[in-house]
Amino acid sequence: MMWDRNQMAARAAQELQDGWYVNLGIGIPTLVSNYIPAGIEVTLQSENGMLGMGPFPYEGDEDPDLINAGKQTITELPQTAFFDSAQSFAMIRGGKIAMAILGAMEVAENGDLANWMIPGKLVKGMGGAMDLVAGVGRVVVVMDHTSKHGESKVLRACTLPLTGKAVVDRIITNLGVLDVVPGGLRIVECADGVSEADLRAATEATIVG
Amino acid sequence: MRVVGVLMKKVYGSAADALDGLLFDGMLIASGGFGLCGIPELLIAAIRDAGTKNLTVASNNAGVDGFGLGVLLETRQVKKMISSYVGENAEFMRQYLSGELELEFNPQGTLAERMRAGGAGIPGFYTKTGVGTVIADGKDVKTFDGQDYILERGLVADLSIVKAWKADPSGNLVFRKTARNFNPPAATCGKVCVVEVEEIVPLGALDPDTIHLPGIYVHRIIQGDHEKRIEQRTVRKRETA
Repeated sequence: MMWDRNQMAARAAQELQDGWYVNLGIGIPTLVSNYIPAGIEVTLQSENGMLGMGPFPYEGDEDPDLINAGKQTITELPQTAFFDSAQSFAMIRGGKIAMAILGAMEVAENGDLANWMIPGKLVKGMGGAMDLVAGVGRVVVVMDHTSKHGESKVLRACTLPLTGKAVVDRIITNLGVLDVVPGGLRIVECADGVSEADLRAATEATIVG
Repeated sequence: MRVVGVLMKKVYGSAADALDGLLFDGMLIASGGFGLCGIPELLIAAIRDAGTKNLTVASNNAGVDGFGLGVLLETRQVKKMISSYVGENAEFMRQYLSGELELEFNPQGTLAERMRAGGAGIPGFYTKTGVGTVIADGKDVKTFDGQDYILERGLVADLSIVKAWKADPSGNLVFRKTARNFNPPAATCGKVCVVEVEEIVPLGALDPDTIHLPGIYVHRIIQGDHEKRIEQRTVRKRETA
């Protein structure tokens, strides 16, 4: 047993604190908005220029002028504000966003993050990820612990071009939760049905404590 | 009366008319838009028809295959892109990986700030975005209060192409929802800025307190019909009672 995509998103939602402004990345992080705990109010930032991102529209209500950073049609809320891209990244770089939850291709024990390209194979681009990891208060990464071939993606050192150096605070995978601490990673918890031995075996990074 | 006459000179009849005399091979164009949202689709089509070559285009994305700036990639009019994200465009990736197209990756916020700074007369600025990554290669690093920052350059384009919702004849602009995105910073960084809008309203029809970009940045305006294609149509089911 291990966590599926929705369970990972639900676990990541436990990181949210009342009153925070938060940026959710593309993929599993987007699902986090489905699991915001009762009594916790957060304002979601979409870096293309919006605070107060609402849910997907009802069929027929899609507006081409209203999308999120993943280019998906969304809706506004009573507290929504729109602004331009320079203003959007001013608030990101300026440390006004409490937390970003992002996907990753690789993460390393010193908090290095790689999630924007595979040289010669896959060129997507960093989008706003480099600005987010450099500017926000706390960076939480949500990712599969291993590749399709079973190789650990939680590494001593990243092999892919970095998105940011020593920027990740917490890693949530299908196998559990780890924190970046001096000397390596510390196990915070294991996913349902995953033993600490399983987690250690799937992790190349140094585990301390 | 004379003032009104001057203002009215900004309004052109078509995208081709509005670009007349502004295009030249090898030029740098800054474009607004994010994905397919708020893109200057009429001006892009007119640049395609004009056949201007060896373009460098600064734009967050490059559209998709067959729409947005993807159109100018297919006609091989673009020599180089300055972008943060190209993930949705297969032709872009193919041309880049085969070496046909140059690509300068800029982090999204760095690209937006390069445009803003360029338009604001700021030739360079320090940012912590990209420190310790390939983005920092060859750039000046300076330490402020114990933290490293890299020097990024303000960007000044030969031409800005922008999409807004409404304009008045003086060039005052109002954008709509997330279609604002890169359009204001892109507009400010051009030596000349051409804007396409859905509606040109009479002078005085826009509340001066709600203007998003003042007309000083805008040189030519056209009105036209926009396709406004949706890239990812995501919906939820209506709850039935």
